[in-house]
Amino acid sequence: MRVGVLALQGDVREHVSMLASLGVAAPLVQQPGQLDGLDGLIMPGGESTAIAHLLETSGLREPLAERLAQGLAVLGTCAGLILLSTTVTDGRSDQWSYAALDVAVRRNGYGRQRASFETELDVVGVGRVPGVFIRAPRVESTGQNVQVLAEHDHGDGPCPVLVRQGAVWGASFHPELTGDSRIHRLFVDSI
Amino acid sequence: MSALHGESTVGSALVKRGLADMLRGGVIMDVVNPEQAKIAEDAGAVAVMALERVPSDIRRDGGVARMSDPQMIKDIQATVTIPVMAKARIGHFAEAQILQALDVDYIDESEVLTPADEENHIDKWGFTVPFVCGATNLGEALRRIGEGACLIRSKGEAGTGNVVEAVRHLRTINAQMRRLASADAAELFALAKDLQAPLPLVLEVAETGHLPVPLFCAGGISTPADASLVLQLGAEAVFVGSGIFKSEDPVRMANAIVEATTHFADAAVVAKVSTGLGSAMRGAETATLETRLAERGW
Repeated sequence: MRVGVLALQGDVREHVSMLASLGVAAPLVQQPGQLDGLDGLIMPGGESTAIAHLLETSGLREPLAERLAQGLAVLGTCAGLILLSTTVTDGRSDQWSYAALDVAVRRNGYGRQRASFETELDVVGVGRVPGVFIRAPRVESTGQNVQVLAEHDHGDGPCPVLVRQGAVWGASFHPELTGDSRIHRLFVDSI
Repeated sequence: MSALHGESTVGSALVKRGLADMLRGGVIMDVVNPEQAKIAEDAGAVAVMALERVPSDIRRDGGVARMSDPQMIKDIQATVTIPVMAKARIGHFAEAQILQALDVDYIDESEVLTPADEENHIDKWGFTVPFVCGATNLGEALRRIGEGACLIRSKGEAGTGNVVEAVRHLRTINAQMRRLASADAAELFALAKDLQAPLPLVLEVAETGHLPVPLFCAGGISTPADASLVLQLGAEAVFVGSGIFKSEDPVRMANAIVEATTHFADAAVVAKVSTGLGSAMRGAETATLETRLAERGW
């Protein structure tokens, strides 16, 4: 199995290490041709505006849209979730996203860096995992075909933090920053 | 499934360092007003450094360089969606407290400003907002990490447009880490003494071969080729100060350096983005400088 890691900017290395620890080949994706032959793709954490910009300059934006339309399995964490979402609020006025995952997210929805936090999450089918949220997007609504696999209550009611719609997965948090590979395992096993 | 009503912790080492991890492979640009901040974000910057004067102007104007006016920082925060960093003077923990109260995303305890304390840096452990500090060698980097810095940038010589000092500092840090990695256990104590660095951090670098926090590069980067050079030398991201807004065509230069940073190992891409850019900032030979900013910090 080959699960690529989009390597335009962000915490690419941690995702590669996670996949390697699961025995999965993790080629880096920086150009359109590198999407060929992938069984899945991870869109890492980073800055969504910078990654969106680099998707355009690298010529990857349209080819990746085509692969998503064909049902490529993809996991987006933080910025990756933003790029996969249908609706993005508090973004740039010209912020675009792939609309592959029917959720509305608010950028920096938990606050700026000072509010970034660690907590524990209860994930369906997995159990308790560490949740690291860094200037994280907040999922404010989900479509009816979206499965919510974990929620977090930040003192104002539970919000989805791990969601799935078919082959497309999104996390507000960063499973790759912890030593716990069970979220990656869940994604890889679904492919 | 139930949402856990567990504890949430802010300001942990993991979330402070984690933001630096998110900036890897990116370009952090110095900006002096909201218009420049917008240009930086449009060009794909991962963060902006809000300051009143870029380093080359600080050099030219002289005088005491201090933390920026909070209003200017707020205006920039209101303009862009990417992280906003700001600089405090070395040792000036009150400026850092103000920057934290302003909710900046990273504080740069910076030698570019006039130092406020010639012996002590800020005790950075007490802050929720993470700090980046400069270093010219491994000992300096580990002392800053010991004080709580979550990101190290090689200092270079800010405001010169000359990459030579950035290269010197990166190569020095990397060579010293290789030396630790190849030392036997008995040698590490003496090496820690030579580096004037905390022993536990020396042992950690000897074990892992790299810093416990990300290593970025700053000070003198002014072309796409400079960015490619320092990334190939092991920097994980770049700070560009005067290099963008002192160039002939800042929009093109900003875009080109962003692309060169992502595709640093692909010379064809770096060649393409370097073509027809207009002139880079004029720059200065470091031998002619009156003030060596990199010598500030201890």
